[in-house]
Amino acid sequence: MSENKEMIKVEKLNKSFGKLHVLKDIDMTVKESDVVVLIGASGSGKSTLLRCLNFLEIKNDGKIVIEGEQIEQRTHDLNKVRERVGMVFQHFNLFPHKTVLGNIIEAPTQVKGIKKEQAIKEGKVLLDKVGLGDKYNVYPSTLSGGQKQRVAIARALAMKPDVMLFDEPTSALDPELVGEVLSTMKDLAEEGMTMVVVTHEMGFAREVGDWVVYMHDGKIVESGRPKELFDNPKEERTQEFLSSIL
Amino acid sequence: MSGIKHFFDVFINSLDVFIEGFKITINLSVASLIIAFIIGLFFAILKISNVKILQWIADAYIWVVRGTPLIVQIFVLYYGLTEIILLDKFWAGVAGLAFHSGAYIAEIIRGAIQSIDKGQTEAGRSLGMTSGLTMRRIILPQAFRRAVPSLGNQFIIGIKDSSLVSFIGMQELFGVASTQGSNNFDYLPFYLTVAVYYLIIVLVLTVLVNMLEKKMAQSD
Ligand SMILES: Nc1ncnc2c1ncn2[C@@H]1O[C@H](COP(=O)(O)OP(=O)(O)OP(=O)(O)O)[C@@H](O)[C@H]1O
Ligand SMILES: [Mg+2]
Repeated sequence: MSENKEMIKVEKLNKSFGKLHVLKDIDMTVKESDVVVLIGASGSGKSTLLRCLNFLEIKNDGKIVIEGEQIEQRTHDLNKVRERVGMVFQHFNLFPHKTVLGNIIEAPTQVKGIKKEQAIKEGKVLLDKVGLGDKYNVYPSTLSGGQKQRVAIARALAMKPDVMLFDEPTSALDPELVGEVLSTMKDLAEEGMTMVVVTHEMGFAREVGDWVVYMHDGKIVESGRPKELFDNPKEERTQEFLSSIL
Repeated sequence: MSGIKHFFDVFINSLDVFIEGFKITINLSVASLIIAFIIGLFFAILKISNVKILQWIADAYIWVVRGTPLIVQIFVLYYGLTEIILLDKFWAGVAGLAFHSGAYIAEIIRGAIQSIDKGQTEAGRSLGMTSGLTMRRIILPQAFRRAVPSLGNQFIIGIKDSSLVSFIGMQELFGVASTQGSNNFDYLPFYLTVAVYYLIIVLVLTVLVNMLEKKMAQSD
């Protein structure tokens, strides 16, 4: 791992839904500019962990420290925290009643109070960056899945977040559209964006990831550099999981 | 044949009085439906709030409206409001109609809000939008679009229901028909005439709602 400062630090994080104990004593650190990849079987708690990091789910117990500041629902305006932690969803969740550009300028203008002209200018730059500069005026329903997800990435970036969370960003895509989204994410990683990515794309994890975390049944079983974890998994569970998906 | 000719004579000769009734029906309907919409939105939000007491209040309101005939609601509000706070007949009628439609509109809006994918709220919140801002900017615009057909239908019911305020002495369309019918000892042509007026109003509203639906379908 790089020597950069800690962007996110999670200590003894616990989360339950009613009687279902979903996250058990999670400890995790994400350093600035690192790409951390979360892998694990369905139901192991990957999404829940990600959603705790931007407080879409509220933890029951433990510490979440973001950029050196311990965040608690009681003492912090979580909306302000979420401005700094962008999220991209499996099913894009674009706003269907707004154009592509409308999606992108919504939060900067409504939340940050940025002037519309300014937001439009910045939004078009972001759309160029994700390769959709000509699509700003269309509605999301006219886009392919891969294009939708790239718009969703641009929408999150428009808030100039310090961290980006991705929850299976390519799982809902036709195979031929996965590449364009992964390459957009790779570009982002190369620019130094701090990212936490839940994915089943092991090629991406190996190539772009700085750190891989394997979860099973609400616990972190093993974590390490991609090469170590994929080529020499220490835990039997990790070995089983890896051989089941490869 | 002479019956049909007689009906047309009545229709033409009664244009003046019916136009007066028509204006009152439109005023009653527009005023009551605007207020009903605000009431409906308010109680829909109470129902989807996570606060038990607020949900109960909304449930109680909807229960009362569903559980009693509109004519009873109109009379209770008429005698209640005109005697206690000296509201005039028109506004008492508006209050009765709005009180009634509001409950049905609340259920329509609540259903539409709850039909919007949860991912929409999460996307809004993940961008730093507050729950209120997300509701106003992301959820409600989509919910209203989805509710247009049902709301249009409820508006049509509301317009037809406004005929019941003739029983508190309003000379709206139906009141005019009743009065004219008994003054002339000639009921059928006047009731047929009033039916034509309602049909025209409903036809115009239906066309407007269809146009609105088409326009809104463009982005989906
Ligand atoms: N809002 C919720 N209410 C109740 N249970 C939930 C909720 N969200 C998740 N769970 C449960 O928590 C467990 C972990 O779910 P989570 O979505 O975090 O898993 P995941 O690792 O992301 O799985 P997948 O690969 O299928 O997305 C599952 O058993 C799930 O059913
Ligand atoms: Mg998941």
